[in-house]
Amino acid sequence: MSDLIIFITLLALGYGFGRYAEKRHYASIRKREMQLRNVPAIASRIPPYGEPNFDSQLVTGNVVISVDYFKRFIANLRNLFGGRVTSYETLLDRARREAILRMKRKANDMGATMVFNIKMETASIHKGQGNNIGSIEVLAYGTALIPN
Amino acid sequence: MIVSNLEVIPGKRIQKHFGLVQGSSVRAKHIGRDLMAGLKNIFGGELKGYTELLQESREEAYERMLQEARSIGANAVLNVRFSTSSIAAGAAELYVYGTAVILE
Repeated sequence: MSDLIIFITLLALGYGFGRYAEKRHYASIRKREMQLRNVPAIASRIPPYGEPNFDSQLVTGNVVISVDYFKRFIANLRNLFGGRVTSYETLLDRARREAILRMKRKANDMGATMVFNIKMETASIHKGQGNNIGSIEVLAYGTALIPN
Repeated sequence: MIVSNLEVIPGKRIQKHFGLVQGSSVRAKHIGRDLMAGLKNIFGGELKGYTELLQESREEAYERMLQEARSIGANAVLNVRFSTSSIAAGAAELYVYGTAVILE
């Protein structure tokens, strides 16, 4: 009985705090994306030729984000039935956008106008009990072009 | 030292090619951070301790790569790639590699 109470408490805590954290995070992501619109991040490998007066510099941004208890429970249920695991989709989406934003922020602070050749690296760094995904790390990196 | 993940730097020619340079760093998380991570696994959200830990170790791997490049006389590292692998429960390897060159 006490196990069930703990379980339900954890679920409720995860649901409440997780939802609140995600909402706040998305709001902050959207705000910063608007602010950093002037620094486009492009996955193209070829830098713009004809503009040789650029300094280039490697910029990186990383973030580690954890999923909450409730979402992990939902994802486990999904494992039974199959289908889209929406609870993890938002986790990865947030992590990627946050990593790109941090990279862009660094590029912007250096006075860059563009970030080229973006690469992403995703790693599951903390495996929870069983084969659950506890938290993920996303690293975004690219070459910042700084006009000189 | 120019470090970039482009294969060519616009407006600069590669004079000499030295091949691969690399740096790696293996880190384990410490127990305090692990406790916080356990809590965050319930509430969700960013694990700031881990973000910093991985960032620090990545910078260390990066420095090691630059050191190697400097010691062979390169002035740039191009086509840099990062890679992360979890080698044991609670430990991760951060690996950076690139091509050391002399640019004109």
